Amino acid sequence: MAKNISFTVKYWKQNGPKDAGHFEQREMKNIPDDTSFLEMLDILNEELINDGKEPFVFDHDCREGICGMCSLYINGTPHGKTGTGATTCQLYMRRFKDGDVITVEPWRSAAFPVIKDCMVDRTAFDKIQAAGGYTTIRTGQAQDANAILIGKAEADEAMDCATCIGCGACVAACKNGSAMLFVSSKVSQFALLPQGRVEGAKRAKAMVAKMDELGFGNCTNTRACEAVCPKNESIANIARLNREFIKAKLAD
Amino acid sequence: MATINSRIPEGPIAEKWTNYKAHQKLVNPKNKRKLDVIVVGTGLAGASAAASLGEMGFKVKNFCIQDSPRRAHSIAAQGGINAAKNYQNDGDSVYRLFYDTVKGGDYRAREANVYRLAEVSNAIIDQCVAQGVPFAREYGGMLANRSFGGAQVSRTFYAKGQTGQQLLLGAYSSLMCQVNAGTVELYTRYEMLDVVIIDGRARGIIARNLVTGAVERFSAHAVVIGTGGYGNTYFLSTNAMGCNASAAIACYRKGALFANPSYVQIHPTCIPVHGDKQSKLTLMSESLRNDGRIWVPKKLEDAKACQEGRLQGKDIPEEDRDYYLERRYPAFGNLVPRDVASRAAKERCDKGYGVNNTGLAVFLDFSQAIKDFGRKEIEARYGNLFDMYEEITDESPYETPMQIFPAIHYTMGGIWVDYELMTTINGLFAIGECNFSDHGANRLGASALMQGLADGYFVLPYTIQNYLADQITVPRFSTDLPEFEAAEKAVKDRIKRLFDIGGTRSVDSIHKELGHIMWEYVGMGRTKEGLEKGLQLLKEIRKTFYKDLRIPGTQDGVNVELEKALRLEDFILMGELMANDALHREESCGGHFREEHQTEEGEAKRDDANFFYVGCWEYQGSDEVAPVLSKEPLNYETIKVQTRNYKS
Repeated sequence: MAKNISFTVKYWKQNGPKDAGHFEQREMKNIPDDTSFLEMLDILNEELINDGKEPFVFDHDCREGICGMCSLYINGTPHGKTGTGATTCQLYMRRFKDGDVITVEPWRSAAFPVIKDCMVDRTAFDKIQAAGGYTTIRTGQAQDANAILIGKAEADEAMDCATCIGCGACVAACKNGSAMLFVSSKVSQFALLPQGRVEGAKRAKAMVAKMDELGFGNCTNTRACEAVCPKNESIANIARLNREFIKAKLAD
Repeated sequence: MATINSRIPEGPIAEKWTNYKAHQKLVNPKNKRKLDVIVVGTGLAGASAAASLGEMGFKVKNFCIQDSPRRAHSIAAQGGINAAKNYQNDGDSVYRLFYDTVKGGDYRAREANVYRLAEVSNAIIDQCVAQGVPFAREYGGMLANRSFGGAQVSRTFYAKGQTGQQLLLGAYSSLMCQVNAGTVELYTRYEMLDVVIIDGRARGIIARNLVTGAVERFSAHAVVIGTGGYGNTYFLSTNAMGCNASAAIACYRKGALFANPSYVQIHPTCIPVHGDKQSKLTLMSESLRNDGRIWVPKKLEDAKACQEGRLQGKDIPEEDRDYYLERRYPAFGNLVPRDVASRAAKERCDKGYGVNNTGLAVFLDFSQAIKDFGRKEIEARYGNLFDMYEEITDESPYETPMQIFPAIHYTMGGIWVDYELMTTINGLFAIGECNFSDHGANRLGASALMQGLADGYFVLPYTIQNYLADQITVPRFSTDLPEFEAAEKAVKDRIKRLFDIGGTRSVDSIHKELGHIMWEYVGMGRTKEGLEKGLQLLKEIRKTFYKDLRIPGTQDGVNVELEKALRLEDFILMGELMANDALHREESCGGHFREEHQTEEGEAKRDDANFFYVGCWEYQGSDEVAPVLSKEPLNYETIKVQTRNYKS
């Protein structure tokens, strides 16, 4: 059975990338603990609107942990401390206590400028993807799907890499603002599959070059990214990317 | 009244598409570069269409409301995608997939479209594998399959419980490849608010930049919308929060016919509603019905004890459980189509056998499967879904049966299109969920992904050429034309009008009220009286909206409340369309169940003599005026129309 809890929410307000930004706060009373975190923010916004104020802006969409829109930094952790490694939309208020102060901030990274409040611009990820995150094949010209046999173990591992939702929690958690976990997951998916190997060298170089160009930092193996990834992407992917990258460079 | 011509090619059903392609007009490479196409939406249909058109050489502008094309709601599809590969050697074929889809749709889909869908299904799987989509595999390296509702073969390809994600990322990767090549220009965080018509042809759109708030004009030789369904009319659904009907409604207001709006799919396996603050309903994949068994207590007193929290499902002995789907439908059991499973759950709950505190839930039980296959195997099959369930409900499906209840999931109705996927407006095309064409009155599981990708990769890129071939001498359009100016002004006036209301109520508070009316009167069981009452209440909701709405802030910059208000205004019109269609259709078929029309056993009772047609609704110039119906008669040349039977 749900019980009600009361707590304080401190939330980040920022009117565009050039504004300095500041915290505002609100006491939330008697919120059922089976409410999701985002539904709690819906209640907050309903109260703000009823008070004649502008609502708190944040990205969200599918609310089932797969679209990757969620991008809230909660009490110092990207997505907040969820039970099973999940996104903010799958965080429930039963993880909080009466009297808590809950701090909500945006992803903070030079590569993700704030648009408003906690809504940030992640188009840098699209640009990295556009640099090489694909196989160049023409629609309708593929051979029969079973013509390429792929072992179950490789297919499963590629699937694990492909599970990345592109939310950017890895970048937000990294003290260097590195996008290596994101990039390496995509590169790994293709590196593990025969379909992707043909363009492997070109892909690794192009995606890394684009990442560097867009102002993401370097990886110094702190593993902060892996700890917060809602889809449990492994830093073994980063090692694989490094191998792919070195192989490609040596072949130049 | 609009003229309806489905333009189905001549010839035997298996040859129609081949013949069409052999005789259609094409555009040569040099001319393709001179032609612009706007694609609105980046889900499976939109992204695959934009990528394919770009690759062919057209100049494409692709729009989405999210921050990235990869966020479109196709991403959330869990279970899988159907194809007639017959890799399992279990007797599948193009014809059988076609037949199952038409039967699953309760004989209300257009035969020729469905056959084409089944025909191109195999190429989709080939395409996705070549893109590097990591489908599940067997130990020998071949692709794995599973079963979905309404089929007796295993034809569903899957990638864990995240098939939609993997297929969308595949389409997205092809799209980004074209962005890199310069053939597709992306417009993210843009929302289409109107379609611009010049001399009877769609020539552009008006879209609002959701970051700056600017209302902008875009021109093209043709416009394609792939903007999904209208399930969020109900407020609570399995759709993402941003899913909306606005692009489709904008086309409808400009004269495109809206077909079969009452055909709404209610998915049987969702996590039940738990409180009035809830923002969405979470789907538990249909694939769970491969191994999970659905039941309620046999005894009313046990059900009552469950409702009062005195008894738990796992403590009810086997002999006191009513596996009602296995009992009523021995041949298909727990894998009956979604509409049948949903109605059966409602029937049990209406009789008092519901098992949670609201009495609106049934059990989905894995104890037998865990006994048969071991916990580890079940974890491998459904682990991520079980984790998601536990995070939401605080209960482990490994220990205690899941509780589930039907929820709004998918809309079979949509913008009317002909065989070429063109709407009743020349040069305006609709693909994916936002058109009506392939699922009839009920969609089978794992067929939405198939349709989205079929339309985007394999159908539209051909058929749109048949239209564009006549446009090669038409120069690019200036957005300074008076038609653009007028459309932009209308959008700006509309935004101002909404701000000027200056009432006291938030968008969501009115939307929730709309949702309650829709669920109550235009939901799972519909009646004449209920629908008439619903229509009356919808009129009042519109009045409330125009009197009490409050949008804080200004139209400059990000204003989420303004975005939601514009969508809600369209949802109200959408709700009326659905209610009108449901009221006129005096029969039960698929997702549309009229309580007056059922068999003694409570099954849907169609009326083929009077309702064997597509109901097409035409806008009458104002939201306040009721729409006018025209009919596209269905013409079945191949399949014998009969009563659906999942019992034997």
